Amino acid sequence: MTKVNFEFDSKMYSGTKGEPLVVALLKNGIKTVTDSTYLSRPRGVMALGAEEPCALVQIDSGSGEPMVPATQVELVEGLAARGLAGIGDLPNVSDDARYDKANRHVEVLIIGSGVAGLKAAQIAVSKNQRVMLIDDAPRVGGYFVAKNNEIDPELLAVLDSPNLLHLQRTTAIGLYDQGYVVAIERRTDHLSANYDPKVARIRTWHIRAKEIILATGAFQRFLVFPNNDRPGIMLSHAAATYIDKYQVQIFKKAVVVTVDDQGYEDALRLHKNSIQVQAIVDVRSNAVGALVDEVKKAGIEIIFDASVTNTQADEKGELAQVAISKVDLTGKVLSAVKEISCDLLAVSGGWTPTVHLATFIGVKPKWVKEKAAFVLQDLPKGLSAVGSVAGDLGETENTPASFFGVLPEGELATVSFIDLQRDATVRDLKRATGAGLTSIEHIKRYTTIGTSHDQGKTSGTTTIGLLSQLISKELEEIGTLNFRPPYIPVLFSALAGRDRGELSDPIRTTPIHAWHLDAKAPFEDVGQWKRPWYFPQNKEELHQAVARECKAAREGVAVMDASTLGKIDIQGPDAAEFLDRIYTNMFSTLKINHSRYGLMCGVDGMVFDDGVTTRLGENHFLMTTTTGGAAKVLDWLEEWLQTEWPELKVYCSSVTEHWSTVAIVGPKSRALMKKLAPDLDVSNENFGFMTNQYAAVAQVPARIARISFSGELAYEINVEGFFGLHIWNAVMDAGKEFGITPYGTETMHVLRAEKGFVIVGQETDGTQTPQDLGMDWIVSKKKEFIGKRSFIRSDTSRDGRHQLVGLLPKDKLKLLPEGSYLVAKDSKQAIADSNHIGYITSSYHSAALSQTFALALVADGRNRVGQNAIVPLFDEQVEVVITEPIFYDKENTRRDG
Amino acid sequence: MLSINCPWCGARDETEFHYGSQAHVAYPENPETLSDEAWAHYIFFRDNPKGWFQERWVHTAGCRRWFNVWRNTVSHQFGPSYKPFTPAPARP
Amino acid sequence: MSGPLTRRRTAELPEHPDFLWRKPQLKKSYDVIIIGAGGHGLATAYYLAKNFGITNVAVLEKGWLAGGNMARNTTIIRSNYLWDESAGIYEHSLKLWENLEEEVGYEMFFSQRGVMTLAHSVGDVRGKQRNFYANKVNSIDTEWLTPEEAKKVAPILNISDTIRYPIMGATYQARGGIAKHDWVAWGYAKAADDMGVDLIQGCEVTGIKVDNGKVQGVETNLGFIAANKVALAAAGHTSTLTQMAGFRVPLQSRTLQALVSELLEQVLDTVIMSGAVHVYVSQAHKGELVMGAGTDAFNSYTQRGGVHVIEHQLAAACELFPIFSRAHLLRTWGGVVDIAPDASPILGLTPVENLYINSGWGTGGFKATPGSGWVYADTIANNAPHALAKNYSLKRFTTGHLIDEHGAAGVAH
Repeated sequence: MTKVNFEFDSKMYSGTKGEPLVVALLKNGIKTVTDSTYLSRPRGVMALGAEEPCALVQIDSGSGEPMVPATQVELVEGLAARGLAGIGDLPNVSDDARYDKANRHVEVLIIGSGVAGLKAAQIAVSKNQRVMLIDDAPRVGGYFVAKNNEIDPELLAVLDSPNLLHLQRTTAIGLYDQGYVVAIERRTDHLSANYDPKVARIRTWHIRAKEIILATGAFQRFLVFPNNDRPGIMLSHAAATYIDKYQVQIFKKAVVVTVDDQGYEDALRLHKNSIQVQAIVDVRSNAVGALVDEVKKAGIEIIFDASVTNTQADEKGELAQVAISKVDLTGKVLSAVKEISCDLLAVSGGWTPTVHLATFIGVKPKWVKEKAAFVLQDLPKGLSAVGSVAGDLGETENTPASFFGVLPEGELATVSFIDLQRDATVRDLKRATGAGLTSIEHIKRYTTIGTSHDQGKTSGTTTIGLLSQLISKELEEIGTLNFRPPYIPVLFSALAGRDRGELSDPIRTTPIHAWHLDAKAPFEDVGQWKRPWYFPQNKEELHQAVARECKAAREGVAVMDASTLGKIDIQGPDAAEFLDRIYTNMFSTLKINHSRYGLMCGVDGMVFDDGVTTRLGENHFLMTTTTGGAAKVLDWLEEWLQTEWPELKVYCSSVTEHWSTVAIVGPKSRALMKKLAPDLDVSNENFGFMTNQYAAVAQVPARIARISFSGELAYEINVEGFFGLHIWNAVMDAGKEFGITPYGTETMHVLRAEKGFVIVGQETDGTQTPQDLGMDWIVSKKKEFIGKRSFIRSDTSRDGRHQLVGLLPKDKLKLLPEGSYLVAKDSKQAIADSNHIGYITSSYHSAALSQTFALALVADGRNRVGQNAIVPLFDEQVEVVITEPIFYDKENTRRDG
Repeated sequence: MLSINCPWCGARDETEFHYGSQAHVAYPENPETLSDEAWAHYIFFRDNPKGWFQERWVHTAGCRRWFNVWRNTVSHQFGPSYKPFTPAPARP
Repeated sequence: MSGPLTRRRTAELPEHPDFLWRKPQLKKSYDVIIIGAGGHGLATAYYLAKNFGITNVAVLEKGWLAGGNMARNTTIIRSNYLWDESAGIYEHSLKLWENLEEEVGYEMFFSQRGVMTLAHSVGDVRGKQRNFYANKVNSIDTEWLTPEEAKKVAPILNISDTIRYPIMGATYQARGGIAKHDWVAWGYAKAADDMGVDLIQGCEVTGIKVDNGKVQGVETNLGFIAANKVALAAAGHTSTLTQMAGFRVPLQSRTLQALVSELLEQVLDTVIMSGAVHVYVSQAHKGELVMGAGTDAFNSYTQRGGVHVIEHQLAAACELFPIFSRAHLLRTWGGVVDIAPDASPILGLTPVENLYINSGWGTGGFKATPGSGWVYADTIANNAPHALAKNYSLKRFTTGHLIDEHGAAGVAH
């Protein structure tokens, strides 16, 4: 018993380490924890655990948490909390406590370590099964221990089994199909009010179990009557536990109101703790048996056919007196019996099995009248229940009454609470039925019952029951319990886990990345890749750096890390035939060591991806894809191979990371290439455009390709990924004398756009055919390929589709925004009329052209070449000329040097 | 998080797979002979039943292989999975 | 009294009216039967009655009224769509929203708090800019915000460049916002009921009777009901119904999940969407954070989705809004959305005479409720597609004239 100090509502108190905060508050005489959300009525603790509908606190110590039931908080030195009126307060600093996740596969998962759960564990362990046992309380034993019982040591011994993983303070929050359970383990809050950012505060478990056994117990229900919400009114089982087990000694005089024998049992526990139990008010007409006899022996008055029908408060708003009346089972008040002063009203309204997890996968609990409870039925294979959640609510001598409270009229109805957090009352329920509503779902929505922090744990059955009383229908005709995950509120942080910051999505970098970092290049996110965007020198802005980089590529030599392009190794005797079916153009005619640009379409005929594919051998190709499209393309290839063309012997492997690619670009690239590979004949005659040669570069074996995405003479040096940085450094060293300039994605875009080369995903959005892009030349008429049939549909074959064109602004310095729209020249009322003719896909300053230019998709664009159009911006209308989509070196004279 | 039975690898979490929609929709023999309507049905129209459904999945983060499986779209229950071009087991 | 009352800024809701709708006696025949008493079905009934005086109408609902996606969506309203067709119908809808509460006479908590859509990469910025300019030429209000400007609108936004996908800009539609879904549905239901429309709950359609290519009525668990016209408004269940009528539709039903937090003091007074990292969030009137997640990738009618989708989404949310890291997830749920290959609706006539289809709204159905109801009612009344629906016909899948909102919108919340 360690004494600790804690703060509540800015005052210091002391308590015992490990006891629930509510117990410490009660022991310090604090019955009112907070006030209600909407009506500001004082509220105290009502229940024992997660079902607590009233005593919410905000935790200010440690990493802080906005809304927690005080029943669930264990006392530690330095804990700071304050009562919370149902609306949480988010601290405006990020939670830097650690949250992690763990996975576990087991044969049997048992949820709940009460006696039923322990017994189930014992059986599973005895069968040598891999077992996991979790429970949301700090200690095992559930209600059995709450009733001050000792667990049989033989049963407890199961916890030492090596086949059992046992976790307390671990709440199953979700149950999903195929035996999947997510649980939240609170690991550190009970140890210290502070937290160690290196230790996981909460661990989220993902558990896959062959068999799940629910041993989740049951919640006691309260009853509805006027002013049933005052501090001092508690569930009888909670009151008895706080007083009998935790030795809360602030209550003197009690009344018990009950519908079952539980009220008698709890009355006796109160009585044994020197509380004057003045009456048991039982709605039933009679009750007999040993328990009743014991109550009578203790001198406790029993009032049958009655219930509590009102309460009075003291000056603090806490319970001072109850009114007892004769009632019938429909909730009608018949006649007053008496009023009794008391500071505790213990309410025993029956039990509701904790069926939540099963309802998450569609199980519909059935109302069993003899038990006055919704009980699980028709559980799917692999899911079972034991103990009270299975409807095993203990043998009692007298059946419980299906009674949920009184249904007063007028003002009293407005203070007869059904959902204490929502301040929803009998009046609301009556209004809902009066409004014509019959569905329980409508009634919940009309009244907001069940939508708050406790998600109707205590109010769910009560609402259905009261409705049954109100409209004289059986409960099962009205509805059943229906919950949604999670079982308890869960911190966003806990479910986010460590997938935050740089771990939120994998970062892919090339082997040359370290160099780019040293060069302080800003990066562009392309899919998961980090690609250098540009390489600023002397605090250059983007456009200054790009102008310099472009100039180097057009006039000298520039270098780019092209390693991120997707690469797929395709081998097999039918590889060429396969590519013919995938690409719109022919690949079976490609010679070994030659490369060809290819375009692939979806079955809808729309451009899907592009890239250069090289034939490395008779039956061996290396396909490149767009950086962002690599995974998608590989999936696509596999899908066709495996599900449509099993007759083709072709094998595809992703080799994106296996190769590093360094592109050297510009008129001086040949001299540089010569210097890098002195034995290689780099002449155009012997090393022509779109061919490949093998040579050692800086002592590393390399495949060198004459591929150009800029229109300039260019060589791509491909080496094993590991050598990427080595080759890059070698290129930079050798290139020094040529003034070699590294460039990034932005310059790449400008260079290709000047040549009118499209980028899939920029010039396309999934609605362009190859013909729209002016690429009819790449669409083979001689063979079948994916998407071909779609080109002759009426909309894809019509005239006037949006086609790729170039744009030159009349004002040569005016940079058109990418994404902006064009209107025809003759329409001055551009914006208002929405008569746009197309939009701009790419737009850049061109150093080579000494002006800006753009690519655009324009309706009937090819027929509009030479016409003027307008790009309406905010405060100006920019005049442009529509051109062919090529601006630089139209004759392709530069690519061969 | 469904558990899906890959016929090559065994039961694995849903996140290892990609969905491939209805199974047994073959690429038409001669697309050019099809009407636009028939072609549209091949491209865009797939069954969408409530209940048992034969569908395709690919074990993307595992063996990368495609397979077919019976699944109940109302209960999330799985029937047998089977390899492409093998006879489909009966509806569960 | 304890409790931080003075700092409370979120609102308590007013009460619903004393009476909502009748429990009508089912008639043997109707002029129009609408299948599905969700938002679209109820709005359609309302506009049939109000705009065309057609009140001999039954809305059949197999469960409880507005208990499908109408009860499960994240209530985002906006019209800043990319394509002209989408902009047309969603803007028509937004204009109706702007007068709806007054017109229908029901509080709906329509709140034009703005909708911000974030861009996280150079390519994303280009796409969002295109959307922005497309809205400009279609006269849809839109603004482009720099990250700093975005932070002024939503101070809790993390615009630092240290996050995995930093915010590089945003579009903002100030007229966008949210409404309260049940209140919208009940408002339409009450108004339709007041005009004599029969709302029949617990009535499941089991067959659609067609003679000589013309619809005759529907078979239900309550017996046969004759009708001159039958209009489908059943979202994820549409393909089951069209099968009864003997034709196929290119729709797939998928689970779309959403979640709420507990009630929190006001921290966000606009709607923020990020398709790139799948975060769609607003803070509702009572104070709960309402978030939409992505759709599950496979067909399902279970109304329950994968928890990994929720985990991924919360991780992304904590990145963009560090203040959310201590919020609690209170409830998750799923709806069944019907998605067409181009992520656009199918609205109009069908191969069966006098049978009409309104479906495929996917993740965008709520915001379209008034516009869709208006256009559908017009289509039914005139037996011809409304001007705003003419490109949404089933025929587009044959011609290839798709309205592809996938590329730009991703999940079109």
